[in-house]
Amino acid sequence: MLELKNICYRVSTADGEQDILKNVSAVIDDHKLVVFTGPNGGGKTTLAKVIMGLVHPTSGQILWNGQDITGLGITERAKLGISYGFQQPPRFKGITVHDLLVLAAGQDKLSKDQCCQYLTKVGLCANDYLDREVDVSLSGGEVKRIEIATILARHSDLMIFDEPEAGIDLWSFARLTETFEQIHRQHQSTMIIISHQERIIQLADEIIVVAGGEIRHRGSTEEIFPLILADTLGSCPVLTKEEHNR
Amino acid sequence: MITDVDASLLKKIADLTGKPTGAFNIRKDSGCEARQSTEHIEITPKTDTPGIDIRIKAGTKNEACHIPVIISKTGLSEMVYNDFYVGDNCDVEIVAGCGIHNSGCSESRHDGVHTFYIGKNSRVHYSEKHYGEDAEGADGKNIMNPQTIVYLGENSTMQMDTVQIKGIDSTKRFTKFVCEKGAEAVLTERLLTHGQQSATSEVEIELNGADSKGRVVSRSGARDTSSQVFYPRMVGNDKCFGHTQCDSIIMDDAKIRSIPEIAANSTDAQLIHEAAIGKIAGDQLLKLETLGLTEEQAEDTILKGFLA
Repeated sequence: MLELKNICYRVSTADGEQDILKNVSAVIDDHKLVVFTGPNGGGKTTLAKVIMGLVHPTSGQILWNGQDITGLGITERAKLGISYGFQQPPRFKGITVHDLLVLAAGQDKLSKDQCCQYLTKVGLCANDYLDREVDVSLSGGEVKRIEIATILARHSDLMIFDEPEAGIDLWSFARLTETFEQIHRQHQSTMIIISHQERIIQLADEIIVVAGGEIRHRGSTEEIFPLILADTLGSCPVLTKEEHNR
Repeated sequence: MITDVDASLLKKIADLTGKPTGAFNIRKDSGCEARQSTEHIEITPKTDTPGIDIRIKAGTKNEACHIPVIISKTGLSEMVYNDFYVGDNCDVEIVAGCGIHNSGCSESRHDGVHTFYIGKNSRVHYSEKHYGEDAEGADGKNIMNPQTIVYLGENSTMQMDTVQIKGIDSTKRFTKFVCEKGAEAVLTERLLTHGQQSATSEVEIELNGADSKGRVVSRSGARDTSSQVFYPRMVGNDKCFGHTQCDSIIMDDAKIRSIPEIAANSTDAQLIHEAAIGKIAGDQLLKLETLGLTEEQAEDTILKGFLA
């Protein structure tokens, strides 16, 4: 179980201090699929990074399976079973897809069959990719799918994905949502997915709408999805005017 | 006699375990430890200077020749000249390399000049690894200054892979290719320096014949207070294509200079150079840390991959 208690994150800017996260608290139960959604700049990615240890909160507490991990570094959290798929993954000259999968799995060796399983789940063929370097020769979508495959290879208890759909073609996206659904159905891991995609939102047990550094709404898909649509219309002055004139 | 230390060096520099097959010459502490010629590859000692002549008969295919050098005495300094005569229509692999195990406090030094005369339509894969280590309690410097000069005949190619693994305190490398019509020179260089080591690598490729090609891919990593200087130079004297790419990772308090030069003496010469020096990107380290590696392990992994 993941518990976030009164998480605040404040940064100094040229205009003074700015609160990126404002007293965020939440509990996410084991094996749940939770989607963080909300407007750009609302604090979703920062909140996810706080969980992985990529960002250290100004105040607040993070508990993972009852253990206070607030003071732990990224490596220690990874070893406790937390993984994170970056929105814009880095590239590595000289490191192959196979190397990355081996590192992710934490094993000395990983059979081609095993690698193939992870890559197939993100719509890639092992024969074409295993020996390729994760460098600029790969497209953004390919690197993104390899990133997701590394998270699958970790088999961690908590998987965090930051906009996994970004840059991925429709066919691979369909394969990816099936993979998320399968992990969820088999109760393999707890998943936090930052997403704006309706298809992913509909897979969720729970939706957390993060906006303005706060949890704006929280609830089931049935409860929250209409609110998101209403918010979307409400935030657009043109659409709001059209609605009003009808 | 090959000791355990020697065997370890041979494994590191030439991937040799046990007696090699095919032609070979193992030079140990300025003497000949073992030598073997084959029907197609003849190795003979020079009579006027230290070194050997390697003559590969025309038409020799799929044969290998190992000529590693090992030094296990402290204070030894040598200058060696090895000449390779590769006939027409060959396809051969040549594995050189030098390993020093310095057992004392004096400087051990190996300077070598390898000159290749390659005939027409031949393919040569040449690899060399340089490695140094000090025995426990020893602090003698290990120095290597290799020169490689290659004359590539018409439509011949040479792929040269050179790797300095670690433990070489000072190196000044000079590599030169002279390419005739249709010849292709490909050089991949991997260099790691650490501690207070220094390395200078000068590469010159002369593209003299029509449709000749040259390619240099150099990757290096400099740690601690070590320093590196690169001078890759590509000269196009006819219709030709040349590309140099030098990438370096700089760490700690190291210093790296990269001074590439492309010189065209023909309007049909197409020459490109790229050079980049930078530290390991922060997002690369963070990514590997999210996979459970410590920051130090992440740095080593990135550097190892980069220099693979």
